[in-house]
Amino acid sequence: MIHFLKRALADIHSNKFLNLITIITIALSILVVSVFLLFFENAGRVIESWNQGGRAMIYLKKEFNADMLPELKTKINSLGDIDEMVYISKAKALDTLKNSMASQTTFLKNLKENPLPDALEIKIRSYNNFQEVQTLAQNIKAIDIVDDIEYGQSWLGKFLKIFNLFKITGYAMCGFFFLMALFITANTVRLAFYSRMLEVEIMRLVGATETFIKAPFYIEGLIQGFLGGVLGLGALLITYLMVSSGITQSLASYVYFDLRFLSVKMVISIIFSSTFLGWFGCYLSLKQIFK
Amino acid sequence: MIRLFNVSKRFGGKLALKNISLDIEQGEFIFISGPSGAGKSTLLKILYLAENTFEGQVLIDGMNLSRISSSKLPVLRRRFGIVFQDFKLIPTRTVYENIALVLEAAGKKSAFIKKKVMQVLRSTGMEKKAKAFPLTLSGGEQQRVAVARAVVGEPSIILADEPTGSLDSTSARAILDFLIEYHKKGTTILIASHDLHLMKNTIQGKNIELNAGRIIRTDIML
Ligand SMILES: Nc1ncnc2c1ncn2[C@@H]1O[C@H](COP(=O)(O)OP(=O)(O)OP(=O)(O)O)[C@@H](O)[C@H]1O
Ligand SMILES: [Mg+2]
Repeated sequence: MIHFLKRALADIHSNKFLNLITIITIALSILVVSVFLLFFENAGRVIESWNQGGRAMIYLKKEFNADMLPELKTKINSLGDIDEMVYISKAKALDTLKNSMASQTTFLKNLKENPLPDALEIKIRSYNNFQEVQTLAQNIKAIDIVDDIEYGQSWLGKFLKIFNLFKITGYAMCGFFFLMALFITANTVRLAFYSRMLEVEIMRLVGATETFIKAPFYIEGLIQGFLGGVLGLGALLITYLMVSSGITQSLASYVYFDLRFLSVKMVISIIFSSTFLGWFGCYLSLKQIFK
Repeated sequence: MIRLFNVSKRFGGKLALKNISLDIEQGEFIFISGPSGAGKSTLLKILYLAENTFEGQVLIDGMNLSRISSSKLPVLRRRFGIVFQDFKLIPTRTVYENIALVLEAAGKKSAFIKKKVMQVLRSTGMEKKAKAFPLTLSGGEQQRVAVARAVVGEPSIILADEPTGSLDSTSARAILDFLIEYHKKGTTILIASHDLHLMKNTIQGKNIELNAGRIIRTDIML
């Protein structure tokens, strides 16, 4: 094992330029991919907060009375994946309103009749997909006793459409860069292999197994992938640190904005993927050479 | 242990070996002699399957070379220690690394490898060149490295193709004596050489003389 590692390092050393190019290509690909991931993770969180975590308010008709509540609850529950449901009676709503507008209570006190409707506040569990929320809302609205339902803002739907389009482009770009990195890695291994054809031939003649011959190439691929991943994420982190404080400061006053770096889990899986990419590139080219 | 039945080898239309039948027992010392182009190297190459298309049958320790699987090929080759006529040293690796490769490929422990490689380097007089690269050595020195690599794995059969070809008679003598040491330990030795003169009066062995791909004479040398 140590022997293979030594051989792989010796080869990287003797092919410094080629290996450097490969590692940089992998790093760039990882950088592009992780920029997208970083953007989506943060944008997702922001959108979620705009969407108030999937909250919707159901306003009920005047005819509603508290006895009808259990039946209504079951009906709504049967329509979709509802996380929680809170009944807000018109009396309670008025109280809340009075409390929050203490100085103008005289105006409210003079009200003979409570003008507010009874309401149900619900939280929808899967609110990532705006389409789903929309359908659910329409179904709820169709219930007799429901007067209206208010959820998100209509622009949010449009925004989400654009966002999703962007996401698809992002995925396509990620895929493209992944393939490019794979191609470059496979090519490096191929060049390394051909430059060592004589060596490989001699190893075979003295009784080395194919595993013994191939192992250093695989380790080389793994090292390239790993270093590429670390380098790419390192570049991302540096950029992030330089840019993030500026963004947060300038935007925090307008919108809820909680910029965060990729989660540890994400970082680990990116490095894992790029290491795998190095290995896979090697696998593809050795497979082609040895077929 | 090595058995050939009617082995013929063609390169294009040209016969390099014709109907060779041979029987070699464990511990024999065989010279394969004959002029240049007689087919000596070709015969050895068939044994270690560097040439794998031939007519006839070859058995080595019960393995039929025409039917050997690619996964068994390394196992076959590890039985041999081979001195190639063109040395086949890896130019990008040091003398030490070239020799150690055989033991690494056989999965030996690094402490053992170090001890063993230094030992064969000493006995071939190459210990001072351990860190040198093959192409910086003279032809004779490269040849000694090739011999050292062939014996380092303690093979049961040594195939040596012109192992003294680039050496002066004193050094050639030394290499021959070195191989004779292994023969005394029970190693089967096949030496292909056109220089039969050197081999004479050294050891009891069998001389197989080839000419134009045929065995023209087999005699016991005393
Ligand atoms: N790869 C090859 N392709 C075509 N012909 C070959 C090949 N290898 C050997 N030959 C031919 O086969 C014949 C025997 O060659 P071989 O190398 O076995 O001779 P040799 O006895 O080892 O000669 P030398 O003493 O010069 O090493 C020669 O005529 C040679 O030209
Ligand atoms: Mg020859």
